[in-house]
Amino acid sequence: MRKFLEGSHAVAEAVKRCKPGVISAYPITPQTHIVERIANFVANGELNAQFINVESEHSAASVVLGAEACGVRAFTATSSQGLILMSEVLFNIAGLRLPLVLVCANRALSAPINIWNDHQDAVALRDSGWIMVFAENNQEVHDLIYQAYKVGENPKVMLPVMVNMDGYILTHGMEPVDIPDQALVDKFLPPYNPPYKLDVDNPLSLGLLGDPTVYLETRYALQKTLEEIKDLIPKVGEEFKQLFGRKGLEFVEGYKIEDADSVILAMGSVCGTVKDFVDKKREEGEKIGLLRIIVYRPFPKKIIYELLKEKERLFILEKAISLGMEGPLYTEVKSLFNKPSPKMYGFIAGLGGRDITFNTLEEMLKVGKDKEVSCYFLDVDHSLLKDEFYV
Amino acid sequence: MNSMSESTISKHFEEHFFVSGHTACSGCGQALAARLVVDAIGKNNIVANATGCLEVFSTKCPQSSWRIPWIHSLFENAAAVASGIEAALRYLGKIDTVRVCAFAGDGGTADIGFQALSGMLERGHDVLFCCFDNEAYMNTGIQRSGLTPFQASTTTSPAGKVWKGNWRLKKSLVEIVAAHFIPYSASASVGFPQDLQRKVKKAISLRGPKYIQIHVPCPLGWGFDSSLTIDIGKKAVLSGLYPLVEYEGGKLTKVFKLSQKIPVIDYIKPQSRFRHLLKDEEALRQLQKVADKNIEYYKLGEV
Repeated sequence: MRKFLEGSHAVAEAVKRCKPGVISAYPITPQTHIVERIANFVANGELNAQFINVESEHSAASVVLGAEACGVRAFTATSSQGLILMSEVLFNIAGLRLPLVLVCANRALSAPINIWNDHQDAVALRDSGWIMVFAENNQEVHDLIYQAYKVGENPKVMLPVMVNMDGYILTHGMEPVDIPDQALVDKFLPPYNPPYKLDVDNPLSLGLLGDPTVYLETRYALQKTLEEIKDLIPKVGEEFKQLFGRKGLEFVEGYKIEDADSVILAMGSVCGTVKDFVDKKREEGEKIGLLRIIVYRPFPKKIIYELLKEKERLFILEKAISLGMEGPLYTEVKSLFNKPSPKMYGFIAGLGGRDITFNTLEEMLKVGKDKEVSCYFLDVDHSLLKDEFYV
Repeated sequence: MNSMSESTISKHFEEHFFVSGHTACSGCGQALAARLVVDAIGKNNIVANATGCLEVFSTKCPQSSWRIPWIHSLFENAAAVASGIEAALRYLGKIDTVRVCAFAGDGGTADIGFQALSGMLERGHDVLFCCFDNEAYMNTGIQRSGLTPFQASTTTSPAGKVWKGNWRLKKSLVEIVAAHFIPYSASASVGFPQDLQRKVKKAISLRGPKYIQIHVPCPLGWGFDSSLTIDIGKKAVLSGLYPLVEYEGGKLTKVFKLSQKIPVIDYIKPQSRFRHLLKDEEALRQLQKVADKNIEYYKLGEV
């Protein structure tokens, strides 16, 4: 069934079909439409679930943690400050090996307070042990929900998954979305049946004190799982494709990269703009392509290396920055190559919802013609910085 | 010391759901109270435990003292995790056969855990929240909490030439909780084990949110001989400094009457956290006033 939906509602429709037993969230813009729509499903009896309105994101994450620990599939969604407030619990959920699915409507971090899109919130959580995926459009974010539960709940994985979608651009943007029948989803996603849970008939203690003789091994095990998952992700994507007839989960998407000299790397909805830009530059005779990172954690090191090792120039375009260093994606991509390596150019753009346009991308290529840059801010309005207070 | 025979040990494991072998200090009031609570609530319970002494000394991986399902997540979220467990049991249709408890210390309840606790109470989750109140952050080394009593010396409210220990009154948490108009909010003491277990059994028989704040003397943090835990607990109650009260539906319905009232000096004398008051008559008088006010307010002396 094809419906014309904003991204938030595309997420809600998918969550409903995954039949979570407990949903908990706290209001934050631009996430709120997701849980409002889910609340409506529960209120109208379309979804049998406990919907818990909590007093903070910290408690929202804790409520779904408790539910998952009881062996019940759960869901939460948040954004920006909410994700950062949750962050303590998110590290904990990964350490407890609970396969929660969380949707993050990506938004800038305060101060100054800003409700518009960038990736600083999610990227700040990159070391938490969560599997992290970034959607380009509403269909993809819808499809990623099913596959997120499928990957995370695999007994060999048991890890939480953060599905990222750009705030406003996707959450509030309308697109046609193909919504599968419940029967098809049931076939793809079996009921959640974890290998361990809180159960009075088999009383386990979860969340024990791990002293120096055991803690290191828990981190080793997390890293090992995240490395081994690399075989599972394409399998789940392929199974999805077979059943649903649409593209399934992949680590990356290459767009016109085979014969390209220059490749732009980016994540999320901006890749739609970049694809159009690639088409335009191709018409002008430039051999350019796009590599879209879909799975950010575990980071697809080998795949990126194999695809890009013979390219001349890589333009890494990021909506996040590790302040005092450079864009985190730039750091990570750069680390994959020994000399001789492609020339690397690191760009920061679109922070706090600044539109990334063809002009932005033209400036990026122009800067790249002159010199190698590691952390170049695009579209900076220098007139705003002339005040002696800032300089 | 006599070593326990094998049959004694297996009997202990059959009879209790919180068992020995943990690493609590000798004379720990909290360990004793935890066993009394867990024995009273029985087998069909799931516990969400906040970070703190109880969590640390009972679950050093790979060992655990818990023979009922138990989870520790973080310091401030025991009430929220318990809410999620309760919601899951509701979803599974098990809410009538399995009960949920949240355990936390005074910091995890009155300070960092207070928001999550208030949320849990307001939402009406069917959870018994037990606060093991040893009146300071003992697990991190005896720092002052919102439940540290007036004039107690802690490592962050030390008695010195200028300071006379903690200069604020203990937060009235039992009343604040009762103001959520929940079915049951009570204080209890490990010094009166039968009274404590009666309250736990009463609480667990009620549906909705319940709160019991249990006074658990801490030999290390309060500075007294570890053989005196029960005695100190009793004296706190009998002096009027730790009134044992019960609220039902927000209304005060019962208090533990003091048949033999004692002066506060009898309670504080064996504890080094109050040692500075022994040389300071005015400060001691102020502390006695706190006890007298409690006795008057809750009518503890009237039989």
